[in-house]
Amino acid sequence: MDFSLTPEQEAVRRAIEKLCVPFDDAYWLARDTDAQFPEEFVRAVIDGGWLGIAMPEEVGGAGLGVTEAALMMHAISRSGAGFSGASAVHMNIFGLNPVVVFGTAEQRRRILPRIIRGEDRACFGVTEPDAGLNTTAIKTRAERVGNGYVINGKKVWTSTAQTANKILILVRTTPREQCAKPTLGLSLFYTDLDRRYCDVREIHKMGRASVDSNEVFIDGLPVPEEDRIGEEGRGFEYLLHGLNPERVLIAAECVGLGQAALAKAAHYAGERIVFDRPIGKNQAVQHPLALDWMQLEAAFLMVLKAASLYDRGEPCGAEANAAKYLSAEAGFTACQNAVLTHGGFGYAKEFHVERYMRESMLGRIAPVSPHMILNFIGERVLGLPKSY
Amino acid sequence: MKILVPVKRVIDYNVKARVKADKTGVDLANVKMSMNPFDEIAVEEAIRKKEAGQAEEIIAVSIGPAQAQETLRTALAMGADRAILIQTDDIVEPLAVAKLLKAVVDAEQPGLVILGKQAIDDDSNQTGQMLAALLGWPQGTFASIVKVVGDGIEVTREVDGGLETVALTLPAIVTTDLRLNEPRYASLPNIMKAKKKQLDVKTAADYGVDISPRLKTLKVEEPAKRAGGIKVKTIEELVDKLKNEAGVI
Repeated sequence: MDFSLTPEQEAVRRAIEKLCVPFDDAYWLARDTDAQFPEEFVRAVIDGGWLGIAMPEEVGGAGLGVTEAALMMHAISRSGAGFSGASAVHMNIFGLNPVVVFGTAEQRRRILPRIIRGEDRACFGVTEPDAGLNTTAIKTRAERVGNGYVINGKKVWTSTAQTANKILILVRTTPREQCAKPTLGLSLFYTDLDRRYCDVREIHKMGRASVDSNEVFIDGLPVPEEDRIGEEGRGFEYLLHGLNPERVLIAAECVGLGQAALAKAAHYAGERIVFDRPIGKNQAVQHPLALDWMQLEAAFLMVLKAASLYDRGEPCGAEANAAKYLSAEAGFTACQNAVLTHGGFGYAKEFHVERYMRESMLGRIAPVSPHMILNFIGERVLGLPKSY
Repeated sequence: MKILVPVKRVIDYNVKARVKADKTGVDLANVKMSMNPFDEIAVEEAIRKKEAGQAEEIIAVSIGPAQAQETLRTALAMGADRAILIQTDDIVEPLAVAKLLKAVVDAEQPGLVILGKQAIDDDSNQTGQMLAALLGWPQGTFASIVKVVGDGIEVTREVDGGLETVALTLPAIVTTDLRLNEPRYASLPNIMKAKKKQLDVKTAADYGVDISPRLKTLKVEEPAKRAGGIKVKTIEELVDKLKNEAGVI
């Protein structure tokens, strides 16, 4: 067992660290304040060819794995960009995995190079207001009309839909009651987010103001058949394929954010003098930070384990879920402790840690709640009865 | 024209260096290492010359441990064409580095060698000058502008009094100062391409150079801690303190 990164992984991490240098604390504070999409940052990521990190070489990607993608997202988040930076590119890193794996050669050629070059930007329409984590209960429908489909329904929590021109959307093509299993009858489309048929309304949030989250109301969106990914009715299965990598990436982002907060806290604790001593000399200040370090490092090991299992083609559901849980909780706790360590200044925007703390709630909630992860581990790993 | 760019793997400029407990040197265990920043500037300058059609090939060379391959891969990812590692775990002093580089120059016959003006670990600022002397080539050190003019180059140097421009015939030695350029960072496609570029691993013995040290480090110590300053209320008080406490006027 070797816990060191390969030279290539090290190169990925270093290059991303460098890329992030110009986007400093002041940049991300300004984006959090003006709620403008971090366009310059996203441009730098696109120009560096980074969106193709986990895409196949034949479509212009680098053909690397989830491990490298996780290291990349971790480095972005840790630079102080947090979820403001990570979420701005996240969807385009691995969200199109269903196209990579289940798309036809023609679809891969048509769709993926444009994403890597930043000519298309994709958003993701899965969650619905009346379904939540019960994904098979979604109500958005695609009806067969002539050679194509027409989609009606609504989606919620669709990030970056303000700037995206494409949407990867999960819809029902066969009513749930007509299917042998609720997981059947769902289909996946990658199509134009045509604003003549789609009304995109931003949801104002607790944090990450610069990367929009939206409700999308879809009214009669026509979709040609060639925009359907894979077979009709198997969309849920295709989506599941990308779920574990998604969790791994979010987990890596949570750890990075927690580490950014911890670095600020440790620095402040070492410099801030109260009662004639640095506050970090007091164990009540020092020990929570030491604990944060341990929790974050441990969580990141689980992230890398899950990523490594996925890249070797082995089952990684338990590890990916555990990584997401541990990272989100460790990241949140580290952010919270960073605010507390800063005292009154922790509540001031110019010390940045309150922004991290607001963002860190996101990693706990999305893309799956800690409760559902505990359920998963309880049922699938420990073999206990289902509680809901 | 070929350009040779020596690069050194050094403690990262963001790391706060710590002295080993026995005061024999700086503690490098588990410390982040990177390419010397002045060498990055040298690589960037070489790439710009190639992009301007003034050079055909860029060869990066490093002298150091096996991990220096990573530093060379960074140079390759930035745009160098191939790399040579002269592998050794010993401390290599500037004169030995210059002798090894001379041997590489003899083998490769570059028209220009661009080096960092100094490495940020030992701050020797000697290698470029020694190499120029060993080769008998002209040198333009502390360069803030390097222009190819006719058969030679013009180097603008940052000197104490301002800027000095010297004209050199080729082949020549240039050492880079901070303001020469802003190095690019490697793009992902170029990191992937760098993996496939040629990287030869050699030893000092291959070049017949004796690298045994001539210097002995007696002791390495942390710089003295800076004490906090004080605020004075009046000019008179300032003058008084400068005269009677600091004794500088």
